Amino acid sequence: MSVETPLPVLKPADFASDQEVRWCPGCGDYSILAQMKKVMPTLGVPREKVVFISGIGCSSRFPYYMNTYGMHTIHGRAPAVATGLKTSRPDLQVWVITGDGDGLSIGGNHLMHCIRRNMDLNIVLFNNRIYGLTKGQYSPTSPLGKRTKSTPMGAIDNPLHPLSIAIGCEATFVARSIDTNVKHLEQTLKRAAGHKGTAFVEVYQNCNVFNDGAWSYAKDRDTKAETTLELEHGKPLIFGKDRDKGVRLNGLEPEVVELGKGITEDDLLFHDEKSAEPSLAYLLSRMRHEDGFPEPIGVFRSVDKPRYDELINDQITQATSERGPGDLDKLFNAGETWTVE
Amino acid sequence: MATVAEKGVEQLDAATVRFCGDSGDGMQLAGTQFTQTSALAGNDVATFPDFPAEIRAPRGTKAGVSGFQIHFSSHEIFTPGDAVDALVAMNPAALATNLVDLRPGGILVCNSSAFDKKGLEQAGYETNPLEDGSLEGQYKLHSVDMTKVTRDAVEGLGLSVKEADRCRNFFAMGLVFWLYDRSLDPTLRFIEDKFAKRPDVVQANTAALKAGFNYGETVEAIHTQYHVPKAKLEPGTYRNIMGNTALAWGLMAAAKASEKRLYLGAYPITPASDILHELCKHKNYDVMTFQAEDEIAAMTATIGAAFAGAMAVTASSGPGIALKGEGMGLAVIMELPMIVINVQRGGPSTGLPTKTEQSDLLQAVFGRNGECPMPIIAASSPGDCFDTAQEAWRLAVKHMTPVFLLTDGYIANGSEPWQVPKFSDLPKIPITHPGPLNEGEEFNAYQRDEWLARPWALPGTPTLEHRLGGLEKQDVTGNVSYDPTNHQHMIDTRAQKVAMIAEDIPEQAVDGATEGDLLVLSWGGPYGACATAVHTAQKAGKSVSHAHLRYINPFPKNLGDLLGSFKRVLIPELNCGQLSVLIRDRYMIDTVGLNKVQGKPFTVGEIVEKINELVA
Ligand SMILES: Cc1ncc(C[n+]2csc(CCOP(=O)(O)OP(=O)(O)O)c2C)c(N)n1
Ligand code: SF4
Repeated sequence: MSVETPLPVLKPADFASDQEVRWCPGCGDYSILAQMKKVMPTLGVPREKVVFISGIGCSSRFPYYMNTYGMHTIHGRAPAVATGLKTSRPDLQVWVITGDGDGLSIGGNHLMHCIRRNMDLNIVLFNNRIYGLTKGQYSPTSPLGKRTKSTPMGAIDNPLHPLSIAIGCEATFVARSIDTNVKHLEQTLKRAAGHKGTAFVEVYQNCNVFNDGAWSYAKDRDTKAETTLELEHGKPLIFGKDRDKGVRLNGLEPEVVELGKGITEDDLLFHDEKSAEPSLAYLLSRMRHEDGFPEPIGVFRSVDKPRYDELINDQITQATSERGPGDLDKLFNAGETWTVE
Repeated sequence: MATVAEKGVEQLDAATVRFCGDSGDGMQLAGTQFTQTSALAGNDVATFPDFPAEIRAPRGTKAGVSGFQIHFSSHEIFTPGDAVDALVAMNPAALATNLVDLRPGGILVCNSSAFDKKGLEQAGYETNPLEDGSLEGQYKLHSVDMTKVTRDAVEGLGLSVKEADRCRNFFAMGLVFWLYDRSLDPTLRFIEDKFAKRPDVVQANTAALKAGFNYGETVEAIHTQYHVPKAKLEPGTYRNIMGNTALAWGLMAAAKASEKRLYLGAYPITPASDILHELCKHKNYDVMTFQAEDEIAAMTATIGAAFAGAMAVTASSGPGIALKGEGMGLAVIMELPMIVINVQRGGPSTGLPTKTEQSDLLQAVFGRNGECPMPIIAASSPGDCFDTAQEAWRLAVKHMTPVFLLTDGYIANGSEPWQVPKFSDLPKIPITHPGPLNEGEEFNAYQRDEWLARPWALPGTPTLEHRLGGLEKQDVTGNVSYDPTNHQHMIDTRAQKVAMIAEDIPEQAVDGATEGDLLVLSWGGPYGACATAVHTAQKAGKSVSHAHLRYINPFPKNLGDLLGSFKRVLIPELNCGQLSVLIRDRYMIDTVGLNKVQGKPFTVGEIVEKINELVA
């Protein structure tokens, strides 16, 4: 009879590495790190089976601070490194940590392909709408007109919206959270970890040194109820301090409406994260504060699709069962050979 | 009518045949079949396929000419031959671009049906060379209306005119097979196999092939058949193999010998793509192939796979290698084992994508940011790719470093007989991964062994959790460190680690005396031309030896002494002198370069001429 040795119960502190954390005091990254450490022991995955892979940027220092396996790689390439790792070792739980510059600028191509392959990876993009590590140039998510060190007259590039990109790449799990909304962030990371397939999470993260307050509308106690909207599967899109506002569809366009005065909850858009059709999720990802919409947080989309890491390994299994395990001597001698006496 | 008996058979020691035609004419197939048949007949063979960069250049133009050259012999040979003994030209453009290589008095078979007004114009001929007497007396010209004879041969099989005309290459093959006294059997088997689903096409190609053979036998104008007897190769079982195939198989053998899964991260590029094509056929050998979105992803996925514990490999060519540079730097600082293959082609930039060159050597040595040493080894021939792949992996795992493996288009697409090894005779490649630690022990990711190699700890192993990264590492612990003296120490250590490989590789061998007037020093594809040229010079009594480098970084440890034992050192390279730069820098000796960048390999004659110029 075998005796089951119970897994040691780990605490968040067990996931802290011995490295000194070197982000600026007050940086939103601390909170994300703290929530990650909190989530980790709840996932039932032994520490040695977890790998964090990052690119370059302040956010990408993350793996050094986790007492798991990790790789701090090169700018933008973490999704590709993770691809090689996860396909070779589907037994590992792999997290990709990236920033808005890292993931969407230099790594845009890899991010796009990684997402469409739907490998079982969790990608967390820390969006501070600025380049932190290189000291304050605008990033692909900086708003038009943003004045930075490299755009003294204002940015003239149209910004990208990370979740729109992810949904456009057929992401099977897409979510958004906010560094200071710790409960929500913890839950979001947990759900991402539970998703089988690529989970893409955008986190609004404050860079208090180069872009302080970029998300204040979504964080401030006074405004957040009006500027954000917490998504819940099967529930109508309601927001506002008094939960008196909602979003409904007018043709193909969303519009903000006030409840009452003849408009009921039933008139509103109901959130369906399981919808096979990604259009509504895309529409939600397009709702911007500056256009007068609340910005949704929570899970936009969570659907099941075949996964690259499984398929690539299945092909090896299938080939082996159909043809038998490879025999090099047979291969070398296949086809036309001749013998010299 | 002449009968078979009246035709003479002339014995030859060796011959070189080239098929050339439009890229749609099936010349590569004709060449491959002729090669296979000659190899099966016991000749030593060496081939040189030459194709245009355009998939389908306008039909009949010079830009669309595709060629395949085969050198076959009754003794050991190392090159596809300099001068062509028999040239098959399927159209005027092919004749115009290839005639220069046909030796005076050589056999010239032309498809006269393609020498019409348009064809001649496209090739720039004002008059028809088959009729204007310009070839007469210079070559043994056989002008055959291949379209007509092929159509006649396949008549009644129900083929469309277009399909019938597509059999012309089999007619041409049949005729050349007759000329060189070759059996049709291997090609007949090939036809049966390849077109198994189209019995009518099997019949047609068979008929065309036999028609070509019978044409040679019956037509009065052709008097002589040539016979090249078997070569005396080392006893064993042989097959013909191309460089890229040998490389792929060598990687598979190395994976098996080290009990690893083979992982290839690749992005298509000529002439490296065939490595990907070959490996993805063999998934049942536990081979995982990943066609990435670009070379950067191919490289970095390879790094991920190496961290995961696989035998990780990436393969590309010049422009792709340029993109991989940043990733290679990461692999170097992470000290993870993997192989980076560069099948070199003509550069700079997209250069001559289908032609051969050796001009990425300095890129391999220096083409990364920072002090970023990587061991570099180079294959010398198609068959040698098999051994080089295994050696690359042996060095990578023993010394915990990415290893650069260089080949080139000429080696990759060329072929030669290859003595089939037994897997059990191949060297094993032992790998150890550290296991879980005992209570109180500490894991140091950059603890080094006697070769300065750090441990290859795999994710999933409890207690070995560690973080690698591109930021400088503190020696032993692997923690991030900006300490100036540590950085100096790590730079020195990584360099020393690679330099120490000189203790782990064979000393440089020499073909000939170990001192004398001239040493020909070569690397990569020019091996065959240099070996043959040096043998020729040695036979002529010259004091010339040949050293061919497999190891370029580090160099074999006796190389300096060896170079110093010769009055002069000649370095033939298909670049502007890149190995010369390295040799001069390292050993402070003056070298003589023989450099060519024409997208073509060296001929033996070019090297012989240079040797003669340097030694009396
Ligand atoms: C190839 C390359 N180009 C540029 C850089 C410089 N670089 C480092 S981080 C960075 C931007 C990172 O921005 P983001 O992802 O937003 O990260 P943050 O620092 O804001 O977390 C840049 C451009 C680099 N390290 N490598
Ligand atoms: S620069 Fe900004 S993002 Fe980087 S650590 Fe400091 S506050 Fe955080």
